[in-house]
Amino acid sequence: MRSSTSIWGCSIQFLRAIPLDQLLIQTINGIVTGMILALVASGLTLIFGIMDVVNFAHGELFMLGAYVGVIVLAATGDFWIALIAASLIIALLGAAIYLMTLRPLLGRDPLTTILATFGVSLVLQNYALWQFGPVARKIQEPFTGHFTLFYLDYPWYRLVIALLSAAIIGALWLFLKFGTYGIWIRATTQDRVMAQAMGIPVPWVLTVVFAIGAGMAGASGVLFGPLVGVNHAMGLDWILKAFIVVVVGGMGNLVGSIAASIFFSLLEAYASLWVSPAQAIIVSFVVLILTLLFRPTGLFVPTPK
Amino acid sequence: MREHRGTVYWTGFAVILALLIAAPLVLPEFWRRFLTEILIWGLLAMSSDILIGYTGMISFGHSAFFGLGMYGAAAALISIQPPNLWLAMLYGLLGAAAVAGFVAYFSTRLRDIYFAITTLIFSQIFYVMIFTWTEVTGGENGVTFGRPPLSIPGLFSQPFTTATLHWFVVAVVTSSYLVLRRITQSPFGMVLQSIRENESRTRAIGYPIERYKIVAVMLSGLFAGLAGVLYAVQNQFAAPDFVFFLVSGEAVIYNVMGGIGTLVGPIFGAAFFLLLREGLSRFFTEYYLIPVGIIFVAMVIFMPQGLLGFMRRWLNE
Amino acid sequence: MSTGTAPTAPLLEVEAIHTYYGKSHILHGVSLEVGRGEVVGLLGRNGVGKSTTLKAVTGLVHPSRGEVRFEGRLITRLPAHRVARLGIGYVPEDRRIFRLLTVVENLRTGLDRHGVTAAAKKELLEKVYAYFPVLAERRNQAGGTLSGGEQQMLAIARVMMLEPKIILLDEPTEGLMPRMVSQIREIIDALHRERVAVLLVEQNVPLTLAASQRIYILEKGVVRHHAPAAELQANDAVIHQYMGV
Repeated sequence: MRSSTSIWGCSIQFLRAIPLDQLLIQTINGIVTGMILALVASGLTLIFGIMDVVNFAHGELFMLGAYVGVIVLAATGDFWIALIAASLIIALLGAAIYLMTLRPLLGRDPLTTILATFGVSLVLQNYALWQFGPVARKIQEPFTGHFTLFYLDYPWYRLVIALLSAAIIGALWLFLKFGTYGIWIRATTQDRVMAQAMGIPVPWVLTVVFAIGAGMAGASGVLFGPLVGVNHAMGLDWILKAFIVVVVGGMGNLVGSIAASIFFSLLEAYASLWVSPAQAIIVSFVVLILTLLFRPTGLFVPTPK
Repeated sequence: MREHRGTVYWTGFAVILALLIAAPLVLPEFWRRFLTEILIWGLLAMSSDILIGYTGMISFGHSAFFGLGMYGAAAALISIQPPNLWLAMLYGLLGAAAVAGFVAYFSTRLRDIYFAITTLIFSQIFYVMIFTWTEVTGGENGVTFGRPPLSIPGLFSQPFTTATLHWFVVAVVTSSYLVLRRITQSPFGMVLQSIRENESRTRAIGYPIERYKIVAVMLSGLFAGLAGVLYAVQNQFAAPDFVFFLVSGEAVIYNVMGGIGTLVGPIFGAAFFLLLREGLSRFFTEYYLIPVGIIFVAMVIFMPQGLLGFMRRWLNE
Repeated sequence: MSTGTAPTAPLLEVEAIHTYYGKSHILHGVSLEVGRGEVVGLLGRNGVGKSTTLKAVTGLVHPSRGEVRFEGRLITRLPAHRVARLGIGYVPEDRRIFRLLTVVENLRTGLDRHGVTAAAKKELLEKVYAYFPVLAERRNQAGGTLSGGEQQMLAIARVMMLEPKIILLDEPTEGLMPRMVSQIREIIDALHRERVAVLLVEQNVPLTLAASQRIYILEKGVVRHHAPAAELQANDAVIHQYMGV
């Protein structure tokens, strides 16, 4: 390899200048964040796939999940109970939101659902601000402890998050693939009218799917909580990233969302080696723009009715 | 019958205009400024109505156009001495137009929901750029600057008072309304509406849909930028908060509350929202968005045509 | 409603239903009935409202006026999934099987119901595989990979999983080869033998005349003629008049 002024040569020198351990840390960070984002995005894309609803309030469900985690953790001292409680409570909240605001909009222009969920997100954000105040809370990790990877200390907890998120997504996939309810959900997603004609209780299926998506968002909130402070605005960041991911990965495309989540998170993790995290998101923006420019329009065909 | 309708309409128009002009003479200072702000936000919402109400495209990009109008004006007012009102407007409109062109180019090829999300993402792109580029934009804290005088070169130059600024804003917003009304009633406006009604059929007839959409976005962006300029002149500062997509969301709320597709409805929607905010703040302080948000969702479900929606056809005659 | 009084009370009664699509008035007061185990044909040109009539029975479209009764019970406003559970099966035009589900999964959308034991499910499945061996062969293939005729088999088999008392068939032979058309005829006969009623909408007049006991002829959203099939077979002038065939 010659050190020349060619682009290849410069890139090699550039990459060489980055310490390997930093690269490794960021790779793992990217995967960890990517898995959490995948958990959030899967819920979003599942909901969109089955009922053509873009759930603007998804980020707030994530945020409220984290808060419920804080409260339950304070009450019981057990992280895992907090995780399960948050998932269930947010799932119920999701079902309630669906029944009150989205069910009435079923026959109407799908764009009204964006408006409705946007309104819900404003209410939930400000509710959190009102109830919990502007100061960030903290969720304690269930276990501290690092392991050594080469010459660095990396917290165990982060790896566990990634594994747990993968496990939840895997469980979702299995649930959809086998079992009666999985068939009902997939049938309803493909052809809602025929699903009804086959006796599948579609109104109930829609409610349950929304609840599942919400529960996944809530779980993500608790899992992510120990990494940053929990505050009322944390959902905004995630909904933005989730939107980018599902636009690129394909609305309603579960595998695409997961792949895109990891891809974008890795990108931003690497970018943060050079710029601040606030600016790292620009990289995602650029990739999005490039995708919009070059990807064939087949990516943007809305799901068939 | 048609003529009768026209007379009623213009009479109503004249009455409201007269009230707006008389307002600063009777209202206390706080309410004077409040009314001016309603008009400015109303202009933003009206610009967004071109997209939502007439072309059928929900956009969350308005905060970018508004913000760039604001920062454009700021740039003119800071860098060029003495501060000139018209240059501020020019810079602001150019900034907004540039951004609108950029956003339009990428997003109009996308449909419906993808369009809405992409415009939202673009707002955030500009937000992050402005927020982090501290040297140029002042970053998080924004920039402050002086208010330019109302001047006609060669004739006179008078600093604004609350009243004269209000009248200036009334003049700008009214002319904008008349211009936009003319446009929506023109053949171009008719095509936009047919895109809203049935996009594939309009395309099948042979209209180059994407081009119409791009023009619609730029038109919308221009007037949003104008609102941004007015805001900058009135409040004498610019901040990245205004570029955050939530501001676009609020404009959409004004639209829905006031009645989409009516042009003037969004102004009433803005008034309704801001008055609600004023009123509810007494009880809920800064959490007014909880009840207002609930009202908004209820309106989306039960009253999607908005406050003036029932007058929609009449207003568009 | 009447238990044991009228053994010939119709299974399905459609009374003067009107439907609208936006501002278009599609059905202008359609009335018909289907008795237990009867095969009834519904003929008419394209666009007269035959499919809409079936949809109104299934609850996918709700009539703005008129009533639909099943086994004496009012079902006009019931949601479609409840109607299906009552025992009304629907095989739509263009089949509409779940393309991304396998054959078995398609069948399970009707099979997986409350109150059916595992043994009963197995038996039902075997029975339908006996009727349609080709589905047994392809049981783990995605529905979208089946041929047109096979998809039609699947659509009917799927509905049989509901153990319906009546099956609504919307143009089952459309686009099928003659060999498959006669297979459809056999299936309708088999259903009749099993005392499953059939309401058959078709463009294929000879098939309909041969398979049905009674015929209704629809034109512009109203029933114009109603007669036993035998009568129409003997005197087909009426058919020519309304179908233009």
